[in-house]
Parts: sequence; C-alpha cells; structure tokens
Amino acid sequence: MALASTPTARGRPRALRWAPYMLISPTVLLIAVFLVYPIGSVLYYSLRNHNLTKPWANGFAGLDNFREMLFHDPLFWSSLGFTVKWVVVETGLQLVLGLALALIVNESFIGRGLARSMVFSPWAVSGVLTTGIWILLYNPTTGIVRYLGAPEAAVLGNPDTVFGALVVTELWRGVPFFAILLLAGLQGIPGELYEAAAVDGAGRTRRFRHVTLPHLRDAIVLATLLRSVWEFNNVDLIYTLTGGGPAQITTTLPLYVAQRAIDSKDFGYGSALTTAGFVILLFCSLLYLRLSRFGADHKG
Amino acid sequence: MATQVIARTPAHARIGAAPGSRKKDPGRVLRLYVPLALYLAFTLIPFYWMIVFALRPAGSTTPIPWPITFEHFDTVWNDIGYAVFFKNSVIVGVLALFSTTVIALMGGYALARFRFRGRTAFMVALLCTQFIPGAMMLIPLFTIFKGLGLINSLWSLVVADTVFNLPLSIILMSGFVAAVPFQVEEAAMVDGCTRMRAFFAVVLPQLRPGLIAVGSFAFIHTWNNFLFALMFISRQDNFTIPVGLSYTIGEYSADFGALAAGGVVAAIPVVCVFAVIQRYLVHGISAGAVKG
Repeated sequence: MALASTPTARGRPRALRWAPYMLISPTVLLIAVFLVYPIGSVLYYSLRNHNLTKPWANGFAGLDNFREMLFHDPLFWSSLGFTVKWVVVETGLQLVLGLALALIVNESFIGRGLARSMVFSPWAVSGVLTTGIWILLYNPTTGIVRYLGAPEAAVLGNPDTVFGALVVTELWRGVPFFAILLLAGLQGIPGELYEAAAVDGAGRTRRFRHVTLPHLRDAIVLATLLRSVWEFNNVDLIYTLTGGGPAQITTTLPLYVAQRAIDSKDFGYGSALTTAGFVILLFCSLLYLRLSRFGADHKG
Repeated sequence: MATQVIARTPAHARIGAAPGSRKKDPGRVLRLYVPLALYLAFTLIPFYWMIVFALRPAGSTTPIPWPITFEHFDTVWNDIGYAVFFKNSVIVGVLALFSTTVIALMGGYALARFRFRGRTAFMVALLCTQFIPGAMMLIPLFTIFKGLGLINSLWSLVVADTVFNLPLSIILMSGFVAAVPFQVEEAAMVDGCTRMRAFFAVVLPQLRPGLIAVGSFAFIHTWNNFLFALMFISRQDNFTIPVGLSYTIGEYSADFGALAAGGVVAAIPVVCVFAVIQRYLVHGISAGAVKG
C-alpha cells in the first residue's frame, strides 16, 4: 500500500493524534446535518400526512402512505417500470459507446487534445441546457429533424418517438462520462502488456479481450454502477424536456417525487415514494456489487 | 498503487507504447477517423445549431447565421434578466468552489497522510453518499433550510452544493495528495518546519493540478445544479442560470432565438472551464477515484 511510509497516529505527539479528526470534522458535520439527518427525516415523514397546502390534515398516518403507493397508485408502478427501462437502456448504450470513444481517443493522432476536449465537452453541460439545445433540434418546424426526413409532427409529443428522443439526448450528454472514466482506466494499463501480447502473436481483437477488458473491469463496474444510480436520479433533463409526458409515460420515480414535492407540496407521500426509491436503489446496488465481485483480484 | 505512478507520467509519453500506432495503415482510417468524425458531428452539431439560432434574426431559416445579430442576447441579458441570473450563478459557483476545495483538501490530506481509527468507516461513508439521490433529498433539505431561514437565499445553494460535491472531491483530492511523496514533507520538517508550514511550503504548490481539477469539478456541478435552485429559490432576483433557462424553455417556447441565446450564456463558462481542465480530470480520476 502507498500508505506504508506515512506516519501512524500512534507514537506521534498528542497534537498530531487529533489532527486527522480535526481535518475531517467539517466533512463529517456537513454530511451528518445535510445527508444523514435528512434520510432519517424522510423515514419519519413517510409515516405522516404532511402537505404544505393542507396543514390542517397533518399528522401521524402509519403505513397509509405505503398502502396508497403499493395498491392504489398506478403511477408508482408505471414510473418504476419506466425508471428500470431508462436506466438499463441508457447505461448499456453509454457503456458501449463510451468504451468505443475512449479507445478511439486513446490512440495517438494529430489534434488529439482538441478532439478530446470537443467530444468530452457535453459532460460539462447541465440537463436543463441539454434540454434547451435539443428542443431546438427536435422542433418540427425549425429543428434539424426536418432535414432527416422526419414527419411534420412533434417528436416529443408522440408516444412512439418520445423514448428514442430522450435516449439520444441523454446519450449526447452521458457518453463522455463513461469515456472519461474509461480513458483514465486505459491510461493505467502498462504498455508492456500490449507489447508482450503482440510478441505472442495476439491480434487486435485478442489483445482487447485479454489485456484491455480485464484491466478495465473494475473501472467498468464502478462506472456502470455510478451511472446507473445517476440515471436513476436523473430528473433535470426529463423534467424540462418532456415533463414526464406525454400522458406520464416518461415519468421516472424520482421525477414523480420531484413533482409531488415541487408542484403539489405533498411531503408525506413524497417521502414514502423516496423511501421506496432508496430501498430499491440500495438493494440493486449491493446486488450488482456482489454479482460483479467488485474489487476481487481477477487479474491473476 | 502502481497506477498512481503511471498516471503521473504525461499521457503523450506513454501513448506510443501501444503497438501499431502511427503506422501507415488503411484500416486505421476506418477504425479511427471515420467513427471519430461521426462522433464529433453528433457532439458538435447540437452546439452549432444552438449558436445558429442565437445569432440569426428571428424568422430566418438559413443554416448559416449571416447576417449576425445580437438582438437575442440583448433580450435575454437585459429584458429576461440573465444579467442577474448570471451574477447569482457566479456567486454561488465561486463560493461553492472555495468551500468544496478547502474542505476537500483537509479531508483528502487526512485520508492520504494519516491512518486513524475510523478511516475505513469514513471512506465507506463517502462512497455510500453516492447512492443518495439529490432529487429525493429535496423534501428534507427544504425543511432544514426553512428552519435555518435560508429559503430564497443563495446560501442554501452554496451549502447544499458543497455537501453534494464533497464526497467525490475528497476521494479525488486524497489521490492527488498521496501522489506527492511524503519524504518531501518530512525533509522540510527535519529542516525545522512545523507540519503545517511544511504543508503550505512544500505540498500545496505540488497540488496545483489537484486543486484545479477539484475546484473546476465543483464549479461545474454547482453551475449546473437545477433542482435545488428550483426548490429553494422562488424569488426571481435570486434565480440561477439553470432555473432562468428552464423558465425560458417554458415561457418563450416560441422565441427560439431567446432560448438559444440563453443557452449560449449558460454554456460559455462551463465549456471554457472544461476545455482547460479536461486533462487534469482524466489524470485525477486515474490517480484517485478508480484505483483509490
């Protein structure tokens, strides 16, 4: 470990023993107040009726919110279903395209720095700005879809095309994230390994399968996990681009929560939805880490 | 840990190590340049389209913005109020940049240089925060900021954005600190510096790429944050750029020139910052996050 040469707390002057705790105390404090406490309060509110627009009805509700959610709210189930579809499709496509892009810009060619800056740049753009840009492209009268022979109909208002339009838009912004993370991983692969493989007569495809992929494994697992969580929670883009429509078919679970919180100020029910989202996300993440055996030594 | 050493060498020094590069090879065109050109088109055409709409007069449909007009910028900047949104976004972005960088530097230094009881738990807690969805924290955070009297105040955004930037920033920063050899610091201390002086005199200057990467990362995230600003701020003179832009999308949906000009205003700072720091980001991630 790199830390072997660093001093340990024990055997140091008294001041230094406390130093690490002093250094992390602002972080611990901020996380406790603004992340840990809120999680507790979500659990608490989920058991209550709490609506800012109906303060007279506030009070303890037991499991009513959850009963309502599971048995009487079709939008909960449809939004959950759409969330799963959205996360799987987006993360899968971003992984494939991001890996391809990382491999391309890892080669050496003239103007590579500039090319990298340009293809990665959508990473820095916000979801709202992405919406602003793609609304211009999708507009039936002035947009670029006109030149692609698309029918004179609103791409975003049509239930058959809205999903594809959303996916392409998010790919534009999302692929660079994978490309950046995987490029970082590619740069960590020692060049000698490729040389050795080439000497052994391995072709391009075999070098990719037996040298590149095993080395990128942890980076891929981490990137897909972070990205899945992120796509699960991605509200900005869908909220502004489709608003969950048409007819709520593109409403994800967090978007539904945000709508409940922002538009109808129904904090009790929104907290119950949040709790359900947490549990699902945590369960899936742990399952994924387990199945992918993240961090185990696969390189031997 | 070998990765950290490798990540420190400049990319161009190593890249030639891959066999077959730079050789005259017709396959290379198909394998490299064609997909790259296609991907560049996919990335750049949307930007170009926005710029075209922002620069050409209303009603024009030419794909090349000529003659150029700045009337849309005048509309969004002066009439819709982007001058104010821009100022607010800069204030929040810069404050969150400083608070994130300073706190992340402290935490990253602690993680990289000390082994203390609770270190692993702290690391795990940082990673776990990545699973906490910002959208789902809207309700409790609103309640907290209401209690603190910070609703409609830019401070609520500074605090919330700092909190959400911190975990990844600390992990990144600890990678950068670990890459500075401890012997350098020790030598300064042997020469009579206190640990704190040794840090400021010897370590901090070497952390420049790390500070740039973490700081810009924090700035970009803060600049782009939409939901917190939408939830916590309802007074128009405290709107940030993403909120202003979302209202432009909603209310000026027929005025594409204004929408596009607003988009250009929103894009310029982050795209410029990003162009400068893109190299540091890739290096920082390979040093810190992936192989922590």
